[in-house]
Amino acid sequence: MKNKLWSILFHLGMLLVAVITVFPFWWMLCASLMPSGEASDFPPRFFPETFTAEHYINLFSRLNLGRYFLNSLLLALGVTLFSLLVNSMAGFAFAKFRFRGRTPLFAGLISAMIIPGQVTMLPVFLLLNKMGLLNSYFGVILPTMASIFGIFLIRQYLQGVPDSLIEAARIDGAGEWLIYWKIILPLAKPVLVTLALFTFMGSWNDFLWPLIVLTREDLYTLPVALSSLLGEHVQDVELMMAGSVVTVVPVLVVFLALQKYYLQGIMIGGVKE
Amino acid sequence: MKWLLMLVWLAASSCTVQDTGKVKLRFWAMGAEGEKVKPLIEKFQQEYPDIEVAVQAIPWGAAYEKLLTAYAGQALPDVLQLGNTWIPQFASLEAILPLDAYIAGSAVVYPEAYFEGIWNTNIIGEKVYGVPWYVDTRLLFYRSDILADAGYPNPPQTWDEWKDVSRAIVAKTDSKYAAFFSLIFNDWQIPVILILSNGGKILRDNFQYGAFDDPRTLEALSFYIDFFRQGLVPRTMTEFANIYQGFERGDMAMMITGPWNIAEMRLRAPELAGRWTTAPMPVKESRNSVAGGASLVISSGCPNPEQAWKLVEFMARPDIQKTFFELTNDMPSVKAAWEAPQLQEDREARAFFEQLTAVAPTPPIAEWERIAVKIQEHMERVVYGQLSLEEGVKNLNKDVDRILEKRRWLLSKGLL
Amino acid sequence: MKTSRYAHIFFLAPALITLLVFFFLPVLAALLMSATDFDVYALGNFGRARFLFLENYRRALEDPLFWKALFNTFYFVMVGGPLTILVSLAAAVALNAKILRFRKFFRLAFFLPVVTTLVAVAVVWRYLYHPRYGMINYLLSGFGIEPIDWLGDPTWAMPALILLAVWKNFGYNMLIFLAGLQAIPETLYESARIDGANWWQQQFYITIPQLAPTSIFVTIITIIGYFQLFAEPFVMTQGGPLNATLSIVLYLYQQGFRWWQMGYASSIAFILFFILIVLGLVQELVRRRINRGGAV
Repeated sequence: MKNKLWSILFHLGMLLVAVITVFPFWWMLCASLMPSGEASDFPPRFFPETFTAEHYINLFSRLNLGRYFLNSLLLALGVTLFSLLVNSMAGFAFAKFRFRGRTPLFAGLISAMIIPGQVTMLPVFLLLNKMGLLNSYFGVILPTMASIFGIFLIRQYLQGVPDSLIEAARIDGAGEWLIYWKIILPLAKPVLVTLALFTFMGSWNDFLWPLIVLTREDLYTLPVALSSLLGEHVQDVELMMAGSVVTVVPVLVVFLALQKYYLQGIMIGGVKE
Repeated sequence: MKWLLMLVWLAASSCTVQDTGKVKLRFWAMGAEGEKVKPLIEKFQQEYPDIEVAVQAIPWGAAYEKLLTAYAGQALPDVLQLGNTWIPQFASLEAILPLDAYIAGSAVVYPEAYFEGIWNTNIIGEKVYGVPWYVDTRLLFYRSDILADAGYPNPPQTWDEWKDVSRAIVAKTDSKYAAFFSLIFNDWQIPVILILSNGGKILRDNFQYGAFDDPRTLEALSFYIDFFRQGLVPRTMTEFANIYQGFERGDMAMMITGPWNIAEMRLRAPELAGRWTTAPMPVKESRNSVAGGASLVISSGCPNPEQAWKLVEFMARPDIQKTFFELTNDMPSVKAAWEAPQLQEDREARAFFEQLTAVAPTPPIAEWERIAVKIQEHMERVVYGQLSLEEGVKNLNKDVDRILEKRRWLLSKGLL
Repeated sequence: MKTSRYAHIFFLAPALITLLVFFFLPVLAALLMSATDFDVYALGNFGRARFLFLENYRRALEDPLFWKALFNTFYFVMVGGPLTILVSLAAAVALNAKILRFRKFFRLAFFLPVVTTLVAVAVVWRYLYHPRYGMINYLLSGFGIEPIDWLGDPTWAMPALILLAVWKNFGYNMLIFLAGLQAIPETLYESARIDGANWWQQQFYITIPQLAPTSIFVTIITIIGYFQLFAEPFVMTQGGPLNATLSIVLYLYQQGFRWWQMGYASSIAFILFFILIVLGLVQELVRRRINRGGAV
C-alpha cells in the first residue's frame, strides 16, 4: 500500500517535470495559431480561442521565410555531406593505417578540442573576406566541415572493425580507396548516420557563424532570420511564435525519426575515458 | 576534390566582364530605399542613355558590416547611400571622394537649397563629402487629449514647461508615466539631443577628448536624469506591451522619436487619430535636435566620377525629390520639395519641417557610434542610481578618452 | 602489412588541410592580431595598426566592462553549471528507477529541449518572461508571488538566463549519467542490501563513487559550453539591463564585429582560451587523483 502510494507520487512528480520541459513548445504552438494580440491577453491563454494560419501565411508570403528555410536546409545538408566525407576519411586513416606520428597527431587533435571556436572567428572572417567567400555557403561550409569530434567518433567505431576484413580485401588486390568506399563506409553506416545527425542538427541550430558570414538578407538561415525578425517585430508575439515553430519543427522531426542513432553518439562521446 | 573545383568556379565567376559603350554605375541603397528607388533609376537612364545603373538593396541591419567589408575588399560601389553619422568614418578612411569641385559647378546642388544643420553633417574638415538624400530628426510626439486634461492645451515650449507638463500628467491624469525614453542598447538619441539643445560640448580639442564635464552638458544630462528620478519616465520598456500600445492606452503621453513613427502610429492605432500630434522640441538655449538622415556619396575607387555625379545631382532635383518622397515616405532633403501638398497639409509632418531648421550634427569622427553607445551605457547606470551623475560623467570621459586614443595617435603621426 | 606507404596521407589530407587553414593557422593569426591594435582604420591600410605586444591584455584588465563580462560569465557558469548537473543527475536516477513506467516517454520529454534551436527557444522564453503578459509570472502569481521583471531587472536577468539554460541543457547530461548508471553492476547494490544499506546509503556509497568518472566528463563539457554563453543574451537582452547579462563571447562579438576592434577582441578570445585551459588542467588533476584512489 505504501509502495503503491509512493509509486503514484513518483509518477506524478515525473509528469510535472515533463510538463515543464514540454510546456514552452506547447505555448509556442498555441500562440502561433492565435489571432494578433491574443497572446498578450491577460490572463494568458493556454489554448487559442480561434485558430488562424495568418501568421504562417504572412511569414511565407511576405517575410520570405521559405527562402530562409531553403537556405537552412541546403546549408545543413551541404555541411553534413562534406563533413561525412572528410571526417570518415580521416577517421579511417587514424583507425586502420599505421604510420609514423599517428598517436601524437591524434592526441594533438584531441587536446586542440579545448580551443574555443571564438579564438579563430576574427582571422577566419578576414581570410574568407580575402577569398571572396563571405556571403556564400562555402564560407560557412569550409571552416566547419572538418571536425575533430567527427574524426574521433569514426575512429572509435572503426577500431572495433576487425583488420582481417581489410587484409582479405587487400589480398584480393583492392586499392585503398575501393576498400574505403566498398567495405569501410558500408560497415560504418550506423556511426555515419550518427555523425550525419549530429552535424545536420548542429548546423541547423548554429547561430554565431552564419550570423557573421552571411550578412546578405537573401542568404540568412532560419535562426539568423528569426533574430533579425525579432528586431522589427518584437511587438508581434504570434508572428514570432510561428517563426519559431517553423525553425524548430524540422530538427524535431529529424531527431524523432533517428533518435536511436543520436543516443548512440552520446554514448560513444560520453564514455571517452 | 569536388569542393576545390567549386572553389575555382566560384572565384572565376566573381570576375565580371567589362561591357562596351555604356558607362556602368553600381549603386547601393539601404533597405526600403533600395527597393523603391527603381522607378527613379529608370527615369535617370532615359535622360542619360549612355549611363547604365545597377541598384542593389542592402538590408539596414547588416549595412554597416557590409560596407566595411566591401571597403576592406575594395569592392565599394560607385555611388552609395550613407547614414550621415557614418560619413566621417568613410571620409577618414579615404573611401569616399570630396565633392566640392562638382558642387561649385552645379546649378542644382548648393548649400542654401538644404537645411543648414543637415548640410553640415556632410562637411568633414572643410570638405563636402555627401549630398543629403533624405532627412530625419527626432521631436516630440504627444497625446494632445492627455496634455489638455493635465491643463496644457499646447505642447511645452520650454524645458521648464516640459517638466511642469510631465509632473501634471502624472499627478492629474490616469497616465502612470509622462513620457517614455528608451534606455535600450544603442538608443542614445535623447541625452545627445538635450546636450545639443543646451549648447553643451561633447568632445574637445579637435574631437580628441571627452568634454562631458562641460557645465552646459552636465546641466542637460541632469535634466534628463531628473525625469527618471522623479518617476516621470519608466526605466524599462517592459512597463508596456510595446510603445504603440503604451501610447495608445495612455500609459504615457509623450515620446521623442522620428518621422517613421507617424505612419506607424496611424497604422497601429487608427482610432487614436486627432488625439495625438507632433511638435518641435521644447527650447532651452536652442531648439536643436539631432541631424539625421542619409546622403549620397561617391566612392574613391569609382572610375567614372563624372557620371556618378550626374546620378547624385539627378537625385537632388526638387521634382525627383518629390517623387522620391511619394515612393518612400522619406522626408525630402531639398527644402523646395516640401511644397508638395502631401507635406504641406500634413500637420504631423509640418512639425518636422520646423524642427529641421534647428538641427545640429553629432561630432564628425569615425568613433562617434561607439562614443554614443558609451553615453547611453553610463547614463543607464546613473538612472539606476548605481552612480551619481558626477561619477558617471567622470567614467564617461575616461572611457571616451580611451576610445579616442587611436585617433590622437593617428593625428599625431599625420595619418588622419 | 603490404600497402601503399602514403595512402594515409591521401585520406588525412582533406581534414587536416581544412583544419590547418581554418583552425590552426587562424589560432596563430589571432595570437598575432591580439598583439596589435588592428581595427577599422587598419582594415584598408596596415600602416594604421601598431604592434602593442601585451598592451591589449593590460587594457582588458583595466576595462571595467571586460571585468563585468567576466564576472557575469562566471556567475552563469558557477550557478548554472552545478544546477544543470544536479538536475540531470536527479533526472537520470529517476529515469533509472525500477518502478518507473513509460520510461521512453519521459526520456524523450526531458530530452526535447536539447535538440531544439537555441535561438527559437530564446525567442519563446523572452515572451514567457514578459512581466505583465508572460506565462511565468502568471503561474507564479498563483502562489502569491508579485510579478518579476525577469529580463528588465538587473538582479533577475541573469537568473532568468540560467533557468532557461538548465531547462535547455539538462537532458543531454541526463543521458550520459543514465549510461553511467546502467553500467554499474547490479551485484554491488544486491550485496549492499544484504548488508542492510537503505536507499540513501546505496546512492551515497555506490552510485556516487561509481559515477565519478562520468561526473567529471559531464562537468567539464557543461562548463566549457557555458563559458561560451552567447545566443541567449544576444537574443533576449542584448547584454542589458545595465550590462547584467553581458557575457565574454557577447563582448568579444561586440568589440570584433560591431566596432571592428579586432586586435582587442582577439586578446579577449585568448583570455577565454586561457581560462578553459586552466579548467582543463584542473579536471585532469582531479581525474588522476580519483584514478589513483581507485574504486572504493
